[in-house]
Amino acid sequence: MFQQFSTVGRNNLFFVAAVGILFLQITGCSKSGGESNATALRLATTTSTRDSGLLNVLLPVFESQNNCRVDVTAVGTGAALKIGEAGDADILLVHARKAEEAFINAGHGTRHEEFMYNDFVILGPVNDPASIRDTAPVEALKKIAEGNHWFVSRGDDSGTHKREMSLWEAGGGRRTWKNYLESGQGMGPSLVMANEKLGYVLVDMGTYLKFKEKIDLIPLAAPSESLRNPYAVIVVNSEKHSNVNNSLANALVNFLVSRETQQLIAEYHIAGQQLYFPTRLVETK
Amino acid sequence: MQLLWDGVAGAFQLLIKRDPLVLAAACRSIWISGFAVSFACLLGVPVGALLSQTRFIGRTAVTVLFRAGMSVPTVLIGLLCYALFSRRGPLGEFDLLYSTKGIIVGEFLLALPIIITWTHSSLTSLDSRVAETAITLGAGPVRRCWTYICEARLGITLAVLTAFARCFTELGIAMMVGGNVKYRTRTLTTATALETARGEFDRGVAMSLILLFMAAIVTVLIGGLGRNERER
Repeated sequence: MFQQFSTVGRNNLFFVAAVGILFLQITGCSKSGGESNATALRLATTTSTRDSGLLNVLLPVFESQNNCRVDVTAVGTGAALKIGEAGDADILLVHARKAEEAFINAGHGTRHEEFMYNDFVILGPVNDPASIRDTAPVEALKKIAEGNHWFVSRGDDSGTHKREMSLWEAGGGRRTWKNYLESGQGMGPSLVMANEKLGYVLVDMGTYLKFKEKIDLIPLAAPSESLRNPYAVIVVNSEKHSNVNNSLANALVNFLVSRETQQLIAEYHIAGQQLYFPTRLVETK
Repeated sequence: MQLLWDGVAGAFQLLIKRDPLVLAAACRSIWISGFAVSFACLLGVPVGALLSQTRFIGRTAVTVLFRAGMSVPTVLIGLLCYALFSRRGPLGEFDLLYSTKGIIVGEFLLALPIIITWTHSSLTSLDSRVAETAITLGAGPVRRCWTYICEARLGITLAVLTAFARCFTELGIAMMVGGNVKYRTRTLTTATALETARGEFDRGVAMSLILLFMAAIVTVLIGGLGRNERER
């Protein structure tokens, strides 16, 4: 009896799978068919801008102004650049200057504009066993390594991970030690891991403010130019990928650097604290 | 489509070059699921056997509960384990979070309902003559249970197979409890998720193909085992 049941189940499963694949193909075809491209913009962005809620403030304004829809894919900077390279997005919002330059130089993008920044912070437990309070970031990392304290690294080629690497470079090379954990996960899970271990972690201000109430870690290292975190938008090269919506992508860039939007960015606060600092406000005044 | 071909080529390259990270993740996946399923069998087979052979009030409810337990999402088990193992949780002092032991506990919880339910259903569908013969031959309750389990070994082998496949390929528990920590708790599934998040799609495809390949090998091995025992 049981066997009979299982064969029926298997047939049903095949049917469901076949219908599913058919459905995917139909929707996939209609998407690349061009009709929806005129009104939809595909944005690949870093997770921090989505998680901090900024895009939820900015994009609806853009959407109603241009009568379009923006489809957001939130991934790490590394993945966003790869998606752009493959032509699977029209516009990218990323934060890793060196990787951005390489992307532009390779001809994958046609327009590159930095439009806001915030800062990274190094968080650690209140008792600060490595005593990095108010030390420069590069020195702080060295101290954490030398004392064999817990440190959680993203290890995922994200903008934050790339920044950690450049901080190590500035200090004479990357180190790994027994309590150096590479989470290979997004900012949120990595922050949770550091909190569980009561260790240190490099995090962007936006994510920190979002998690502030839930964690026992506080910002410790001194603010520094080396922790500046500029965000940029890149228009994907439409000559390489004919399906890229060039005009709408450029419209979004114009929108982001416009005075009104820059003002909106400056006014965006979480828990009474400004998250992002517009870079074009002074110039456009 | 190109991505898939690149992935196939990449998978062979990773295997031929004996990429240490991939091999370590693969071994870790195997032994974590192996331990989880073994423990689940040690507890689940006797419980399944008892459920099918004893009569007590609420037995149907318990059976249905375990059956429903087979469809508990892995992220829910992951969350539950996280809440238990967290620094502030009741089991915080055992340091199970972000450890392979923690993943084993989670996957044990995943495998247990599968083993119990399948053992139970394969024992209840046994030919009634088995029971009659055993009783006629004067077997005690323990001896009788053992006879049933031997008779239903194909069903139980399938239970083990299903449980192993589920544990080996699940992502939620390994990610939430294990944390995908390099050199420590990174398994094939979490490594695949990481490669995708990093934008290394061909490596991601390669890893998932290795996962599929190994799952298939294990399935064939265990399946062959069940067949041999039945024919013997």
